[in-house]
Amino acid sequence: MSIFEYNGSALVAMVGKNCFAIASDRRLGVQLQTIATDFQRISKIHDRLFLGLSGLATDAQTLYQRLVFRHKLYQLREERDMKPETFANLVSAILYEKRFGPYFCQPVIAGLGDEDKPFICTMDSIGAKELAKDFVVAGTASESLYGACESMFKDDMEPEELFETVSQALLSSVDRDCLSGWGGHVYVVTPTEVKERILKGRMD
Amino acid sequence: MGDSQYSFSLTTFSPSGKLVQIEHALTAVGSAANGVVIATEKKLPSILVDETSVQKIQYLTPNIGVVYSGMGPDFRVLVRKSRKQVEQYHRLYKEPIPVTQPVRETAAVMQEFTQSGGVRPFGVSLLVAGYDDNGPQLYQNAKTFLEKRYTDDMELDDAVHTAILTLKEGFEGQISGKNIEIGIIGTDKNFRVLTPAEIDDYLAEVE
Repeated sequence: MSIFEYNGSALVAMVGKNCFAIASDRRLGVQLQTIATDFQRISKIHDRLFLGLSGLATDAQTLYQRLVFRHKLYQLREERDMKPETFANLVSAILYEKRFGPYFCQPVIAGLGDEDKPFICTMDSIGAKELAKDFVVAGTASESLYGACESMFKDDMEPEELFETVSQALLSSVDRDCLSGWGGHVYVVTPTEVKERILKGRMD
Repeated sequence: MGDSQYSFSLTTFSPSGKLVQIEHALTAVGSAANGVVIATEKKLPSILVDETSVQKIQYLTPNIGVVYSGMGPDFRVLVRKSRKQVEQYHRLYKEPIPVTQPVRETAAVMQEFTQSGGVRPFGVSLLVAGYDDNGPQLYQNAKTFLEKRYTDDMELDDAVHTAILTLKEGFEGQISGKNIEIGIIGTDKNFRVLTPAEIDDYLAEVE
């Protein structure tokens, strides 16, 4: 079994009209055994920037701690928050530093940039960025997620419709993947508020 | 003024807390609502020196420029260090560096050399002018401390005139486009050193 499939994960981020949604599953497993059903894969870097990390859970946690550290220093030095594009470049650089002994994670970055323009991107475990205008996916359920998002996505969705779309895409994809699931965790972020919601799906 | 007794050494503070030698050679500044001007006299050691080969105003990035008063070689070392830091920043964040960052890091280097053993402090006072998301900015690095010069409500051309007039007051000999340097940064966010011809035009307006 691949190291990326050791813990199991599903992550998706989608762009809407002046908003974005980022969602993950909640299962943490050790190969076939389920250890936790409330695992947090998505973290807030600042009010307008969220980071989701799929793949090996220990690397995801360590990488998250390193990135928060870097961002806090940046905030102190520059007296401002990091833009999502800048943060994506930072993550890419940090991942590439470990080119020959990488973090086994695939990050998904979602944020609101200048003029509240939503920004999403993903990258592989050594920092190759993939920018997308519509959606990005990661994790063991990524192939199903690609299919589901491609068929359900529409341009310029309002936050409520975006929430429905992301939730349906996530739940239907993790149902086809034995390593991810046990519900969903969805964040819908607009310039004014962040709505966090838990989904209940097939609890297996 | 009691200060003049303290003008013998580059690194001795006067009772009022000023570095008198630095003040003498100080560059002139003008800040406008939509840009920044820095100007300096180009004092050549001899008439045999080709003035076009001497550049006191240097670029750190296309939108940040720096000028000094004091020791040229010390300045060049600081500019090298700064430029490297700027490029490292860009490699990490792929974002143009805000003006405060190179200023802060240069100040840290300058401070280091006042505290480490076996080295002497940098004999320069720097003026950094740049334009970033927070608009036009001007910073002064004198030995170890930083001051921000606040922007006034002035047009860029007026700021150039002000800078020239300030330089003229301390100037010995005939001022011309050949023995002063002027750098400006305007709303186009590009730092630019004026050509001698352009400087002569401004000088004609001032007279």
